[in-house]
Amino acid sequence: MKSKPRFLKSIIGTLLLSGAVQASAADQTILNTSYDIARELFATYNPTFEKHWLEKTGKTIEIKQSHAGSSKQANAIMNGLSADVVTFNQVTDVQVLHDKGKMIPADWKNEFPNASSPYYSTIAFLVRKGNPKNIKSWGDLAGNNVALVFPNPKTSGNGRYTFLAAYGYAQKTFGKDNEAKVDNFLSTFLKNVSVFDTGGRGATTTFVERGIGDVLITFESEVNNIRNQYGADKYQVVVPKTSILAEFPVAVVEKNAKKNGTEEVSREYLSYLYSEESQRLLAGFNYRVHNDVVKAEFADKFPEVNLLTVENIAGGWPQATKELFANGGKLDQLQRR
Amino acid sequence: MSSSKHSSSQLRVGDSPLVKWLLIGLTLFLTAILLVVPLIAIFQQAFVEGAAHYFNSLIEADTLHAIGLTLVVAALTVPINLVFGVMLAWAVTRFEFPGRKILMTLMDIPFAVSPVVAGLLYLLLYGNNGWIGSWLYDHDIQLMFAWPGIVMVTVFVTCPFVARELIPLMQQQGREDEEAAVILGASGWQLFRRVTLPNIKWALIYGVILTNARAVGEFGAVSVVSGNIRGETNTLPLHVQLQYEDYQAAAAFASASLLAMIALLTLLLKAFIEWRQERSLKIEAEKERQVTQ
Amino acid sequence: MATHLSAAATRPRHKRVLPGLSLSLGTSLLFISLILLLPMSGLVMQSVDMGWDRYWQVISDERVVASYKVTLWAALIASIFNGFFGLLLAWVLVRYEFPGRRILDALVDLPFALPTAVAGITLATLYAQNGWYGEILESLGLKVAYTPWGIVLAMAFTSIPFVVRTVQPVLEELSPEEEEAGMTLGASDWSVFRRVIFPALWPALMTGIALSFTRSLGEFGAVIFIAGNMPYVSEITSLMIFVSLQEFDFPAASAIASVVLIASLILLFAINIWQARYLRRLHGRS
Repeated sequence: MKSKPRFLKSIIGTLLLSGAVQASAADQTILNTSYDIARELFATYNPTFEKHWLEKTGKTIEIKQSHAGSSKQANAIMNGLSADVVTFNQVTDVQVLHDKGKMIPADWKNEFPNASSPYYSTIAFLVRKGNPKNIKSWGDLAGNNVALVFPNPKTSGNGRYTFLAAYGYAQKTFGKDNEAKVDNFLSTFLKNVSVFDTGGRGATTTFVERGIGDVLITFESEVNNIRNQYGADKYQVVVPKTSILAEFPVAVVEKNAKKNGTEEVSREYLSYLYSEESQRLLAGFNYRVHNDVVKAEFADKFPEVNLLTVENIAGGWPQATKELFANGGKLDQLQRR
Repeated sequence: MSSSKHSSSQLRVGDSPLVKWLLIGLTLFLTAILLVVPLIAIFQQAFVEGAAHYFNSLIEADTLHAIGLTLVVAALTVPINLVFGVMLAWAVTRFEFPGRKILMTLMDIPFAVSPVVAGLLYLLLYGNNGWIGSWLYDHDIQLMFAWPGIVMVTVFVTCPFVARELIPLMQQQGREDEEAAVILGASGWQLFRRVTLPNIKWALIYGVILTNARAVGEFGAVSVVSGNIRGETNTLPLHVQLQYEDYQAAAAFASASLLAMIALLTLLLKAFIEWRQERSLKIEAEKERQVTQ
Repeated sequence: MATHLSAAATRPRHKRVLPGLSLSLGTSLLFISLILLLPMSGLVMQSVDMGWDRYWQVISDERVVASYKVTLWAALIASIFNGFFGLLLAWVLVRYEFPGRRILDALVDLPFALPTAVAGITLATLYAQNGWYGEILESLGLKVAYTPWGIVLAMAFTSIPFVVRTVQPVLEELSPEEEEAGMTLGASDWSVFRRVIFPALWPALMTGIALSFTRSLGEFGAVIFIAGNMPYVSEITSLMIFVSLQEFDFPAASAIASVVLIASLILLFAINIWQARYLRRLHGRS
């Protein structure tokens, strides 16, 4: 046991050394706190921004990345994680930074264009090769003998969007007032679920590696990741005619940026996501974008979809959360035995 | 190690070859199914894209940093919990005092609390909104979302192991030997070193091994207080999760295989300690004999 | 003489001869207060803040109650299995020399060192219908992954070291005299094991099982990947806590967590009391 202290010392020494090396790198540092599957995206975007910032101001900037589920990230920021900007996949997780954290202004959605959502996506289906169950729209998902895989709406934003999209489809098909039929559709839809994973990645594994289910329901942006990882020839993408708008909101965490003196660069970091170059980069990662030039270039990649919004379907996120997803809400009632 | 015990063997339970090999066979069979095959599966998935990919993913800067951080956290956690565990075990097995059993039960809190909740509780206390945390914020001290926070929750999650290993053994042994030593005039430190330590060394080593294994592998509590900053507060288990979420399954399993190897490495360390202790005890015994002569 | 001393030692009000009470007790109390009780006060405060009615409403919710049942049964089966398997492993590791013993010894800690998510994913890979084991089980008409049995499996896997490592040291230090006496008198292996060895191991074994049980109650990472998480069927209590956390509803999370905590502490406390009585009897008898 005598060797322990020496071992400890050498390790602490190494750590301090590496810390010292890191500290000297750039004029300024900002921390981008992001959702769990955006690593590759920002690993590509950050160098282009660093270059842009150097050209614009002559200063170097280092961007640190933190990735985890966006609800967890929001909670961490409210408890002291010193994030300068957030790039999330959940509007509610940005909103909570204002509602509970008082760290961003109430009108954060007006800070940047398109409701502060530089890119967006929608919910699509992944089916097995040849589409054996002939799945084309949300209506087919409530059929007999169709097994679904999507993450639990209680634990995953991905799952919440899926539920909302199915809800929106039912409202459109049966009429908003025909609550009995809507509920009936939704409860069959939920009964068809084989496995409820806690996150989107878990659901993908269940569908692809375990061979469970006929349809995986997930973000359109995820689908190509899945095909890259598991082979493009084994699966087919189905984008339904009607689906939901899934926003990917961004915001400067003003309270932290002020303290760190990084407001200017933080704002520019997010604004630059709207530039043509960045929008092209985003489209390359299978996100839908707003820039018209880029849109035209990628037209064949993103089929036309009638996108419903959360406002259309449930009157906005606060109401959706309260009436659909909270304890005892619609989802709980439909899942009751 | 216990070969000396085994030599006088015909007299002990279960030493007939039939029973012995039956039990060994059954154990190996169950272990193979329950532990070995999963381990193989991990390595299989780690090497699914070839050995080059395996090693490349391990020497990536973020992965290296995660390995370093994980080792530092374990190296800080183990000694803290070792001291605490010995103290607590000594207090509750060698003395009678009111509240003794309550104390023993309180010690088990970390086993009874889901690690995620444990992390959250630390966050509520030491985070910016907590009553200690807001004081820390005013004084610009960052504990949460930095390595001290990670060490704190790891200490929490692993603190019962050493004591838990020691207590049943020390209870079973009783305090006769130690009391005899005190009557013969041993000082506190002598007593501990000469009488108690040799008696409890195995339990102590198992305690350290478990603490280390758990400290290295802890995910739930750490993930809450870490902030997940790449190359800064990402421990190896968090890194595994991140790589997996990021569609780098092979790299994730490569990192996981590394954690498995750290566990095996601790066992080698144990074998080494075993050997050294046995040797040093022998030397000491030799010296003592010379002195008394 | 030995009988004399041990009888004296177990009598509560004998003269204190051993040193270090204030040092060891002081350190322990300080540590427990700072590391354990101070953060735990947050759990109590969160629960108190929400008021009794809301607290009761959260913890008695139909779905949450269903999750208690699933979790309790699964943890019970897993820990009893671990009791048998752990005892067997400890026995074989301590008593026998055979090739590969050290490797076996090392493997025992594997479940602790693996991040629980890795364990869950790996187990799901093996036991899913297209996995190595899943295919065999499927042909026998059994399903493990994505059923409550998957939960049992994940719990058993993650908590096996508890039993092995609590029994092992006691077995190592067991003095051979009584055992040898029994054997020389011609008693059978089984009866010596039952009369001499098992009584000495019993407290440690029970502790190991209890720890394995409480750890299983709190397990999350490994279970969710293999449970299927269907409401009322295969949802565990930790998932209910996780759901509340996702909704930023910390009081609800604390409330459910407090139920698990209190149940576990009562169990462990009962075992501690039982163990003290048992040991007193054991030593008294010798």
